[in-house]
Amino acid sequence: MQKYWRRGEPFVWLTGAALTLTLVMAAALIIVVMVNGLGVFWPTEVTQAKFQDGTRVMGEIIKREPLPSGEGDRIQFKTGNRDLYGLDFRWVDTAGIIELDHPVEAVVLEREEYGNFYGFLHEINAPDLDQPAGETLGEQLSAVRQSVEKRQQEIGQLEERVAGLSDRMQDLRLELQKLEFEGYPPESSAVKEVRQRQSLLREDFDTLVARHEDRRRELRQIQATFADVSGTLKTVAVADIVRAYYPNDMAWWEKAVFYLSKLKELFLGEPREANTEGGLFPAIFGTVMLIFLMSLFSFPLGVIAAIYLREYAKEGPIVRVVRIAVNNLAGIPSIVYGIFGLGFFIYGVGGSLDRLFFPERLPTPTFGTGGILWASLTLALLTVPVVIVATDEALGAIPKGVREGSLALGATKFQTLSRILVPMASPGIMTGLILAMARAAGEVAPLMITGVVKLAPALPLDGDFPFLHLDRKFMHLGFHIYDIGFQSPNVEAAKPMVFVTTLLLVLIVLIMSSVAIHLRNKMKKRYTYGTF
Amino acid sequence: MTAKTMEIGSSDPVIEVDDLNFHYGSAAALHNISMNFTRKKVTALIGPSGCGKSTFLRCLNRMNDMIDIARVEGRIRLNGDEIYTPKLDVIELRRRVGMVFQKSNPFPKSIFENVVYGLRIAGVRNRAQLAESCEKALRSAALWDEVKDRLEDSALGLSGGQMQRLCIARAIAVNPEVILMDEPCSALDPKSTARVEELISELRENYTIIIVTHNMQQAARVSDHTAFFFEGLLVEYGLTNQVFIKPKNKQTEDYITGRFG
Repeated sequence: MQKYWRRGEPFVWLTGAALTLTLVMAAALIIVVMVNGLGVFWPTEVTQAKFQDGTRVMGEIIKREPLPSGEGDRIQFKTGNRDLYGLDFRWVDTAGIIELDHPVEAVVLEREEYGNFYGFLHEINAPDLDQPAGETLGEQLSAVRQSVEKRQQEIGQLEERVAGLSDRMQDLRLELQKLEFEGYPPESSAVKEVRQRQSLLREDFDTLVARHEDRRRELRQIQATFADVSGTLKTVAVADIVRAYYPNDMAWWEKAVFYLSKLKELFLGEPREANTEGGLFPAIFGTVMLIFLMSLFSFPLGVIAAIYLREYAKEGPIVRVVRIAVNNLAGIPSIVYGIFGLGFFIYGVGGSLDRLFFPERLPTPTFGTGGILWASLTLALLTVPVVIVATDEALGAIPKGVREGSLALGATKFQTLSRILVPMASPGIMTGLILAMARAAGEVAPLMITGVVKLAPALPLDGDFPFLHLDRKFMHLGFHIYDIGFQSPNVEAAKPMVFVTTLLLVLIVLIMSSVAIHLRNKMKKRYTYGTF
Repeated sequence: MTAKTMEIGSSDPVIEVDDLNFHYGSAAALHNISMNFTRKKVTALIGPSGCGKSTFLRCLNRMNDMIDIARVEGRIRLNGDEIYTPKLDVIELRRRVGMVFQKSNPFPKSIFENVVYGLRIAGVRNRAQLAESCEKALRSAALWDEVKDRLEDSALGLSGGQMQRLCIARAIAVNPEVILMDEPCSALDPKSTARVEELISELRENYTIIIVTHNMQQAARVSDHTAFFFEGLLVEYGLTNQVFIKPKNKQTEDYITGRFG
């Protein structure tokens, strides 16, 4: 027995068990997220339940669980039709159900507002359209939807023009504000000239807006009427229908196509319905851009600081204290960094920028408010210790002989650093960057006070001069999870989206670190010593 | 003993060392060393571990500068130029005095880039010139035939002996006046050691070589002159034959015959 202990057999088991436990927990997390996230977009069959008292309930079955009393089951239906019932979900006692079936003609509508509609198509009312092609009502509806979509695109173009004009008017307004701030009297020629341009623009703008309004009103005349399961009629403008599909009448490949189109919307579309529906493109874009900007700031800063610490600073008590301090910086709670970012970057630096360059716009802040620049700088500050520690250790791990070999050939310290040491340390530096990126991607708390928003009107990078708008607020997947999961008015309906967003965030971190790890391995192969 | 030992190097010396003292903080490592090194000869520095021979070697190209607590007194002249003076460009000095280390330390670059490293940092850009110097250095280091077909491969793929010869080639490529070797064979197997010794004999024709070694036979085989260091003192310095066959000093004799050290 003693021999058994001495050989260390139990220790092997203990270490193995510890590793297994961590792996199982990580795997469980991923699996839960995947199972819940991946299935969200697969069209679920619509089930109709008939009760003894003649009432009916129709919708997607979400889950089935035993009653608290222990007798029988209950089923949770997603009945949708919030505008009719007030609630999206409904618990139903199985005891009262006579029959469950899947009516083939049941239609599911995804709408611009009020969530999904479950029911049956009743009639189409398109006054100014020719008799739509198609024999069945369903075919007619899809034909109508196509022509509506075409008109919507035209309206979209109009909207873009309106937005362009409104931007120009905003510019003029700022110009005027600046002139007034600089002390031009209202009757001076410069002010008058701007005012004249303003009024001209205003005319264009008003006509365009009026036309846009007309077109929209016309379009909304095209309507379709649906009946819910108990026969209540509901008329919807066809323009409000995002998707109409018949899940009980779809083959698996039709479902697959549907799934792909939902994925496309997820990656490229804008969010709808208080972010619980639609796409995540702005959030994905914001997250990636934030991490990218953060790396851009923290990577050079950290590497250069570490080089000084390791190569130039004289080893001594001060350097030791600095090293400990840097290590401890990595442990400061992120919200503290957020508050620092708010105080220093936003109010301090941003406020000064505003006073210096945009005094005429005050008190409306330009840079003195949260934005992607300040958020990424705050995150950079948060992650820079990680980069410093990794770089410092990587440089310290390089054999002394290589350093001496280079110096003995007449290289300066700088040449040795740039040609030999930094390349050799690069795998270690990359490891630091990977850790920094992973940490930055997961941070939400500091972002909430430095510029993340629930819904950003514009991306921080677009086609309008100067293309990169670092002062803009942005969306972020991590914040999105928090927002729709815990701040949404309709938490139950938002749940699938929470899983999808989580999956996406994990995926983005995974992709970014895989790329970095691939790069690191390449460097490792090139720069590491074998044994000799 | 402290006087300029014997007549070696009195005519046309490459390096003249006058009264050199070296301290690590408060501990003295070298006492009043004075010796001259003869041009185009191989001088072996022998002595037990910790006797200061490596420290002395590193004084010759100021590699000890990197140690913050090191302090040097005395004078060293390279071809008449004072080494320990603020006016001297250390970079230039190290180009004139090359060094090969105990443990081979190729850079994680290609074989070609390793050899021309010294030239590149000196600002040579001409590809043809670099290639020519590379070939010359590798031929001098008797490595050319083994690596000529894989100059672009990583130097880290070479064997231990090849790596050490690559380091010698790297030192030769900048055309130094003196090559310092700090126990260049201590990490090599006998066969590679023989190759490097052969190489040292060939290099003698063009370079002044100062080699630190723990291996008596090696010192006897490759060197013209031998200096015996003991506890920071230069005990004996003379022609290798004399030092090994008829040492004047009792300590030298004891060391050479293996009674201590």
